[in-house]
Parts: sequence; C-alpha cells; structure tokens
Amino acid sequence: MPDLKTEEMVVQMGPQHPATHGVLRLEITTDGEIVRKINPHIGYLHRCFEKHCEELNYHQIIPFVDRCDYLAAMNNEHGYVMAVEKLLDIEIPERVEYIRVIMSELNRIASHLVALGTYGLDIGAITPFLFTFRDREKILDLFEMTSGARLLYNYIWIGGVAFDLPNGFVEKCFEFIDYFLPKLKEYDDLLSYNKIFIKRTAEVAIIPPAVAIEWGITGPNLRASGVDWDLRRDEPYSIYDKFEWDVIVADGRVGVLGDSWSRYYVRVLEMEQSASIVKQALEGLPSDENVKSAVPKKVRPKEGSVFFRSENPRGELGYYIISDGSDIPYRLKMRSPAFCNLSAISDVGEGLLISDLVSLLGSIDIVLGEIDR
Amino acid sequence: MESSEVFKLIESKYPDALKSIDLEGIEQSVTIDVNSIADVCNYLKTESELQFTSLMCLSGVDYEDKMEVVYHLHSLLHDHRVTLKVELSRDNPKLPSVSGVWKAANWHEREAYDMYGIVFDDHPDLRRILLPDDWEGFPLRKDYVVAEKYRGWTIRKIKEGFE
Repeated sequence: MPDLKTEEMVVQMGPQHPATHGVLRLEITTDGEIVRKINPHIGYLHRCFEKHCEELNYHQIIPFVDRCDYLAAMNNEHGYVMAVEKLLDIEIPERVEYIRVIMSELNRIASHLVALGTYGLDIGAITPFLFTFRDREKILDLFEMTSGARLLYNYIWIGGVAFDLPNGFVEKCFEFIDYFLPKLKEYDDLLSYNKIFIKRTAEVAIIPPAVAIEWGITGPNLRASGVDWDLRRDEPYSIYDKFEWDVIVADGRVGVLGDSWSRYYVRVLEMEQSASIVKQALEGLPSDENVKSAVPKKVRPKEGSVFFRSENPRGELGYYIISDGSDIPYRLKMRSPAFCNLSAISDVGEGLLISDLVSLLGSIDIVLGEIDR
Repeated sequence: MESSEVFKLIESKYPDALKSIDLEGIEQSVTIDVNSIADVCNYLKTESELQFTSLMCLSGVDYEDKMEVVYHLHSLLHDHRVTLKVELSRDNPKLPSVSGVWKAANWHEREAYDMYGIVFDDHPDLRRILLPDDWEGFPLRKDYVVAEKYRGWTIRKIKEGFE
C-alpha cells in the first residue's frame, strides 16, 4: 500500500489526568503509539513561594515550606531550619536533633508509601494503594500525636521543635516499627514481584547514570541508576553519622539498572533503612532536655549567604538564602528536587510507548507543589 | 579540593575572566566576567582534576543596583563544591547560557528568565516556565508592581500594613 502514510498527532496529557499526580500537562507529539516529543508545561500550582519569603520573617516561612512538598513536610522543614541555623551559627540540643531525625525518617517512609501506592494505581493495580495508605495512616497518627496536624506540621522550628514528644510516643513508635517491617514483605508479594507489574516496569524507561547526573537527577532516582550517593552519608548533616544503615543502590536484580522497576524498588528498600534509623534514634533518645532552649526570640542572621542541601524523599532539597542582616531574608531560592527530576523527562521519555511514559512518570515520583512552588 | 584552590586554577587558566574572589563568610565565592562564564563552566566540568559534573543550583538575585546569577557546582567524583557568581547590569541583563554544559541548567535558566527577565544567549528554548506565557513583568525583581488585572480578572491587593 504505497499511498498509506502516518501523521504525527499532538496529544495533551493533563492537566487533569490521573497519572500526572497533580496538575502537570505534557504536550506529547505521538506517532501512533510512540512518543516522539514531550513538552512539559508546569506552573499550574505556582504560589509565589519565593516572593512570599521576601516579605516574611524567618519563623513565618516554616508553614510555607510545608506547603511546597506536602507529602514530606517534615523533611522540608528540617532542611530549611538547618540552612537558617547554619546562617545563625547556633548549637542545637541533642534531643532536638534526635526528634528531628525520627520525624524526618518517619515522613520519608510515609512519602515513599504514597509513591508506591500511587505508582501501583498508575500501572493499574488498585489494591496495593489501599495497603500502603493503611500503613501511612499509622504514621500520620504519630504525627498528629506530636504536632497536632496530619499533613502540614509546622513542627520543626529554628533552634528546636514546637513541642516535646508526648507521653507514650516512644512506645507507640516502637510498636509501629514492629508492625511495619513485616509489611514490606507484603508489598513485595503484592506488587514488587508481581508478574504483570514487572512486565510493565522492568527494562522500561532506562535512565543511564551519566544522563541522570547531567540532568541533575538526585535521590532515589539517582541511586536507581546505580550511583552510590546519599547526602545523609556523604555530607552528613544533623546526627545521621551516629546511626548504622546502608545506602540503597539498585543492582538490577529484575530488569536492568536505571529502569522503572529499579526506581520503584529502591524506595521499598529505603523504607526498611529508614525504619532502622528511627529504631536506633528511639533507642538512643536522650532524656530531659528543654527542646526549646535554643529557639532564638528574634532571628537576625549576619549579612551573608548560605547554600544548604539535605536529602528529601525525592532527592536533594537545597535552600539558597541571602541575608542582609534584617529579620527577613533578602532572597530565598529553593532548589526543588522534583523540578530537576522532571526536567529530564523530555530527554528520557522520547521514543517510549505512551503507556510506558505513564510508567516513567510514576516512577520519578513527582510532587507538583514542590515543582511549581 | 578546597574552594580557594579551585579559584586559583581558574585564575591561572582564565586570568582575565576572574573579577573578584570572596573568601569571607560561610560561603566562599568567585565573580566571573559575563562573557567568559560558559567557557569557565566548560573548563570546570571537563578538567580531570575538577570534574564539576553536577549543577546543584542556579539562581538569579536582584540587588537593586545590579543583577546576579549564582551557580552552585558539585563534583560527585571528587566531592568538592564551588560557587560562581556573575554580575549583570540591571537594564540589560544578558549572559551566555550554560545549558550546553549541563542539561540541568535548561529549566533553571528558564526560571531565572521567568522571574527576573535575565536573558540567556544560546539557550535552546528560552520562554516562561512557571508563569503563563502572556504574563507581564518579572515578579521577583525588587521593584515589581503587581498588575491590576490579568485577562480581565482583578488581582486582589494585599492590605496595607498586613503582616
């Protein structure tokens, strides 16, 4: 049939699409089932975070930081307050550091649980979503117990935390860890080694390590490409150097290094490590210290700037803060990990099938609140 | 390698490009001439001793009398970091793009353009990224005044003295 010709077609995926995890629009040029070109449009959730920061004092920014990455608010707060503390050059009580690490790691588990569950949903498996949310609920209960809030906490303050741990928290948290660790096996049985799931994700959308570094991909996505790099170990901040744990790097046990399955499975294994860190922190928790003793009444850093990054569930979260000596930052830039991770999609996604693009997008684990800020 | 050693290497390789070195404070930085920033970045990335393979952050800053673009670089192999700065005039902020050096710069530069109106020459796709394409003005500039209307919608004013 010599007269038969195919034409490229532009398809808008999003902003209302279940696989875009929020309001992301991908303008896809398709050739039949194959994606030829991707043009991502972001900014639907832009709330002028950085402009707001130039009007608010350092304490008041913390609730705004929560709302950037709403699935890992504790980690965002932790990174922000450490940046400001570095600018102020103050010492933090040890108990506070322990509480912060416990909260951050619990939040990392909660965030990865959402990533796992929704990834299953994207691929077409609805049941794992219910299982992961059942377990995430228990973490949110712990957060509610300590901070009074379930999603946006405003708990970690500059120089301290808002409240000390409530009575019974430590026991409840131990209980949760004992409950949670066997559940990882359940996810493996249910999703990780499911034949259909492997078919949809293994050897799909491979990101080679060089490409990942070039595009600034960080966090679990970078480790899934086989790069052994984790800020918690390699540039230890807070008290991470006190615990024994392993950095999870994908080994390509199913499929190949850097495929969607590796990106998914790095998160499963990371949850186990996080649980282990929480357990060690609970065991070593120093008692009876005032958690607010180092909270400064007025935050007025000296003139200067600082760039500080920490390991978020999604990658390296950086804060670049310029102070002019007043109690309001002159400039605050947030280097959001999901922003950089998503920017690679137009490169990596070319030549995939449309259904594989969904598999890629889900495995990067984006949060649009943080990308658009 | 310490930042100061990296500065020395840049100075010996590009003596004209280096404008000033700041060793005070928490963060040490070096100011590079506008025209040679892409060359310096390329050198920092490819030189085997340095290998700054990742661009951690690229931010625009408005200082009211000048503009600045700040580059935070990191080397995964050697585990060292460096901060570069470029000063620009406020009336015509324009500099060469480094998106040819690191692909990660692509979206960062688009964001700096979107928020500050800084133009990056040779950028493959320089257009607004977070704001709508027909937005007027550059919001993160210090003298930005919020428009009264956008596409016929009234933009709400912040109350006087509201904090």
